[in-house]
Amino acid sequence: MAEMQQKADSGGKGGKKRAKRQSTKIDMTPLVDLAALLITFFMLTTTFNKPQTMEINMPVKEDTPDERIELKASNAMTIILGENDKLYYYFGLAEDNPELVESNYSADGIRKVLVSPQVKSNDKMTVMVKPMEGARYKNMVDILDELKITDTKKFAMVDISDADKQLVQQKMGN
Amino acid sequence: MPKVKVKRTNPSLDMTPMVDLFFLLVTFFMLTATARPDEAVIVDTPSSASEIKIPDTNVITITVDKNDRVFFGVDGQQTKAALLDKMAGKYGVSFTEEEKKTFSLLSNFGVPVNQLKSYLAMESDARKEVNQPGIPIDSTRNELGDWVLQTRLTNPQVVIAIKGDQDVSYPTIKRVMDILQERKVNRFNLITDMEMKPTN
Repeated sequence: MAEMQQKADSGGKGGKKRAKRQSTKIDMTPLVDLAALLITFFMLTTTFNKPQTMEINMPVKEDTPDERIELKASNAMTIILGENDKLYYYFGLAEDNPELVESNYSADGIRKVLVSPQVKSNDKMTVMVKPMEGARYKNMVDILDELKITDTKKFAMVDISDADKQLVQQKMGN
Repeated sequence: MPKVKVKRTNPSLDMTPMVDLFFLLVTFFMLTATARPDEAVIVDTPSSASEIKIPDTNVITITVDKNDRVFFGVDGQQTKAALLDKMAGKYGVSFTEEEKKTFSLLSNFGVPVNQLKSYLAMESDARKEVNQPGIPIDSTRNELGDWVLQTRLTNPQVVIAIKGDQDVSYPTIKRVMDILQERKVNRFNLITDMEMKPTN
């Protein structure tokens, strides 16, 4: 803008006719304004980070249930996802009246159990995740995440059985 | 001692490098940008330490919001147009060319097939306002399964992603996963937020 005024002054005087020396500078302010506007626009409309995903493979549903293998009690661990972000686990099978332990989703909770020798040193240990009706989707993702973090390979999502529900009820009653 | 002269500097500065930089940034953003699709609902996804990224194309997104409503979305305009044709044939509803065009531009929707026609007829502003009931998932009227099946027939490469809200109750998610398994989809993705992987 300053250049424009200068130009006007120099043109005003009479006298010897001279070839007008036009300044080569152009005012770039509007250009900068436009560019900044476009940057702002694109920055705001861009979704920068793609969402993360967790890939899960569900077992193919067998038409013939006879082919299933019975799980030995010593190789079984069950995690029950309860209401209000509660978490319980027990080792063994529900029929043997195992001791139900309450735990939580923090690093000191279920993760400690999953890295404990009882789980880690047993290659055949299968973790069964049984969400109860009142569990949230977040609970399921959290537990799948914990299993991934602790590198637990053998796990399954299983429907909750009545025996499991009874165990939780007993625990809550205490 | 001569008087100290205050140097008069020209107040205008050279903006050329600044403009250069700005246009570089504009070009960068234009090339990397994919416009954010306007979603029918906002969901707050749970976080996980998983580091797999979802692919850009050929994704079916099944969104479940915190009121347990199910929304269906797929990318690709041709896929959507062909998909609507198939669903129209299956459910005995016919759609005009204009409705097909509108449908192919939708990112996701959550209305049963019999309400889809009136939903498509709305103005795009009104469409945002309207309270969508969600796609029926019960076993008597399993439209979600049909949408998934027909999409897979239209475009066999699709990957299925479930985008659920933190507070979705487990039975709803279980039902969605069961529907997928009934359609022989045993591999799918759960969309989650980023979380730092614990070091220990």
